[in-house]
Amino acid sequence: MNYALAVYGATGNSQAGQTALSFAKAVLASGHSISRIFFYQDGVQNASSLSNPPQDEVNLPSEWQALVQQHGIDAVVCIAAALRRGIVDAGEAERYQLPANNLAEGFELSGLGQLLESLIETDRLITFGA
Amino acid sequence: MSQTSVCIISSQSPYRGQGAREALDAALVSASYDLPTSLVLMGDGVYQLLDHQAPDQLPRKNLLAMFKSLELYGIDTVYVDSESLAERGLESEQLLPVYTLLEGDGVATFLATQAKVLNF
Repeated sequence: MNYALAVYGATGNSQAGQTALSFAKAVLASGHSISRIFFYQDGVQNASSLSNPPQDEVNLPSEWQALVQQHGIDAVVCIAAALRRGIVDAGEAERYQLPANNLAEGFELSGLGQLLESLIETDRLITFGA
Repeated sequence: MSQTSVCIISSQSPYRGQGAREALDAALVSASYDLPTSLVLMGDGVYQLLDHQAPDQLPRKNLLAMFKSLELYGIDTVYVDSESLAERGLESEQLLPVYTLLEGDGVATFLATQAKVLNF
């Protein structure tokens, strides 16, 4: 089956990101595919390259990065939600004259249309953190 | 995209965070793709339709203004779960009259008719 995941929970105050990551690994291990993971609302924090928890804790953005790069999954971060919460790529940083950028490699900023497209075109869209 | 029906469930109160606003944005994008789009307010989401909101001092944008223009964007069905209203001591007369009330197991019955559901 072809899945898409939507992640709405922040890394710091929600288990949504971790649960979604574990689910994604289980889906792939079972022989299914994941075409896209869409990060929306507070879930955009899962894409921060500046997340740096203590070494004995999970660094979710790094885990996502490894997963999407290994399996060629589209990792899309809603651009409007990201800009509201301080997640920007180099292009947006330049456009808005911001002093830094922090969108982790392997993720891309795009619009909500990508979420709707996944909803329509995949067999299952599973939401985490609603 | 095809004519797949899309239902957006919104269950967050209007000014708790950005959740209610971002659920509405998803509904607007869905409608902009010409997908038959409906919105179901339940749980704390029913507060979004309370009339006479004055969030200026928070300060936040008034979410009600978006509800007033939903029809323009092609979302002509907003449903409100009557049980959620009752649980919160709200009367349907306190809401902006742009919705249809779903009573009893009306939400479940309606969702069963929808091809796709997005939950916020």
